[in-house]
Amino acid sequence: MLVMQLALAGCSKGESGRVTLKMWAIGREAEVVPALIADFERAHPGIRVDVQALPMTAAHEKLLTAFAGEALPDIGQIGNTWLPELATLGALQPLQSLVDASSVIQQSDYFPGIWATNVIDDQLYGVPWYIDTRLLFYRKDLLAQAGFAEPPRTWDEWKRALAAIKKNAGAKKYAILLPINEYEPLLNLAIQEPDPLLRDNDTRGNFQSAGFRRAFTFYTDMFRENLAPPMSATQISNVWDEFANGFYVFYISGPWSIGNFQLRLPERLKDDWGTAPLPGPDGPGAAVGGGSSLVLFKQSPHPREVWQLIEFLSEPAQQLRFHELCGDLPPSRSAWNDATLANDPYAKAFRDQLDRVKPAPMVPEWERIAQELRLAAERAIRGGESTDKVLLQLDERTDRILDKRRWMIAQKAKTP
Amino acid sequence: MNERRAAWMFAAPALFVIGAFFFVPVLAAFALSLTDFDLYALADLHNLRFVGLGNYIDILQTPLFWKSLLNTLYFVGIGVPLSIATSLAAALLLNSKLARCKSIFRTALFAPVVTTVVAVAVIWRYLLHTRYGLINYTLAHFGIAPIDWLGDPHWSMPAIILFAVWKNFGYNMIILLAALQSIPADLYEAARIDGASFVQQLRHITLPMLRPALLLVSVITVSGYFQLFAEPYVMTQGDPLQSTVSVLYFMYEEGFKWWSLGRASAIAFLLFGLILVVTALLMRMSRRGAAA
Repeated sequence: MLVMQLALAGCSKGESGRVTLKMWAIGREAEVVPALIADFERAHPGIRVDVQALPMTAAHEKLLTAFAGEALPDIGQIGNTWLPELATLGALQPLQSLVDASSVIQQSDYFPGIWATNVIDDQLYGVPWYIDTRLLFYRKDLLAQAGFAEPPRTWDEWKRALAAIKKNAGAKKYAILLPINEYEPLLNLAIQEPDPLLRDNDTRGNFQSAGFRRAFTFYTDMFRENLAPPMSATQISNVWDEFANGFYVFYISGPWSIGNFQLRLPERLKDDWGTAPLPGPDGPGAAVGGGSSLVLFKQSPHPREVWQLIEFLSEPAQQLRFHELCGDLPPSRSAWNDATLANDPYAKAFRDQLDRVKPAPMVPEWERIAQELRLAAERAIRGGESTDKVLLQLDERTDRILDKRRWMIAQKAKTP
Repeated sequence: MNERRAAWMFAAPALFVIGAFFFVPVLAAFALSLTDFDLYALADLHNLRFVGLGNYIDILQTPLFWKSLLNTLYFVGIGVPLSIATSLAAALLLNSKLARCKSIFRTALFAPVVTTVVAVAVIWRYLLHTRYGLINYTLAHFGIAPIDWLGDPHWSMPAIILFAVWKNFGYNMIILLAALQSIPADLYEAARIDGASFVQQLRHITLPMLRPALLLVSVITVSGYFQLFAEPYVMTQGDPLQSTVSVLYFMYEEGFKWWSLGRASAIAFLLFGLILVVTALLMRMSRRGAAA
């Protein structure tokens, strides 16, 4: 139905002249996408694309403010944790019918865990553009010195490896870097547990569950046992220099670190570092499926042209080109079968991890709840508060944040 | 047309502008603070709920609000006297007869005021760096162990205070300098003949004569410092352990990060009430001091 409407709209536009699309992209992706856009414009002479770069720190606020001011662009790059917010606002155009009718975008080709992050309330709101998840980056040589030839696959193995490394390292160095101001490492550990993070249809916190408690204790114990330095990201002067110095052996990070490590580590360490899937409680564990999607904003007056651009950027060949330019990982399996990625030793662990990604809870308030997670961890680590007290407070704060959501659901239930 | 009507008509345009661009938004903000406007209400106005004083009560029960209030009072309590003392010291130095090239020094000392907060914050982050910063390097010469300025919750607010005082003291310095230059020189001559030391001259001549200027400077600085926002926003984003979250930063997070504009408006009014009370106290204290 939507396809027919778009076709009709396309017919009426006809030869009326150039269409200019406004695209908002964030960070590094905004720097490299113009190269891809140049080819798109050559293939579609009637369409011009104007790319505006947003910094990561301001993008969230800018999007919401633009919605309030009715100044959203035609197409945007949106992190998949922000999709629920924008979908609730009604800013995004559902895309399922367009995907079904498309010959370029094959839903079955995408990793299911990643595709699921774009579906909110059974509606598809974005097409994955690139994906990331978290992996273990580690120093092979220091791990071998501690007596472990292979990276750990379970939490128990991991703990033993960390303890052995710390014994070798002494008081001034550590076994693993977990910046206190980031919630991602804790979140990735928590998502490996079977207990969901939110309960009651995502309206209440479930952080006092046995699963989260286990993950939280595992995480905070690493600080208590001096395996991780109690520092925030700004206190580590330079993550890559410190990795090279052996200040820490393990680091949980995403695909961008592959490019960064390759660029910034000294020559002597070229073969001494690697990537591995995250260890889980009893075997290789899950990780949070992150990444960004391309979305069509409802307010756009050129939906047909935007969809052509989305299809273009989703072609596996373009995904691979994108990967070459900025290191971001493609979301479709056919792109992964290509030689460049299939043989990349560092990307192999990502390919493995992508089969075990789970989405974070898809409520609009999630970003806020995630901040509460890292504040809770900080209170336990820096403030010395007991786990019981911290988790109780975390549940209370989460319940408070989700209060409006509960009211909204109750309202919806009342109206027939 | 009688005089009164004419007077109102002349004042009307200015009153209209003030009304439209000040009073109407303030009333609208107050109305907003009585609702729970948030992301859902932004999507559909029917999701708006009238909560009366619910936002105010909720905020007064939020631990982060009290923490931010404590942080702000810490900043005001230490920053204001430090800032005024620095401005006064700089003004006295500039006013001294021994000073050469006064205009160059005056410009140099005033320069921090006109710099952009974001640009200087980047430089200050390097200065405050634990291992490679100039400040710790200098302290090391005196045998003091490196301080983790931006990572240790105990030292983060002092770092912000240092930064804010450095940035703002020039403004008050100019005001106090002008006031100093209006003190008649023969008062100092007479005191010198009577054998008064520098400190005695300061206590008995300079400070009493500066009283109105000092009151002005205090009120401006106190009400400005209560609205601390730019420095934590660019330097620490409220971390570590939320030790640099000020009331206004808390309001910014509520209003522009999480889009809870109802709660943010309530915080704004609470802050307004607080500043009103404090400055009223300041004026009352100075009036009593003047009468005594």
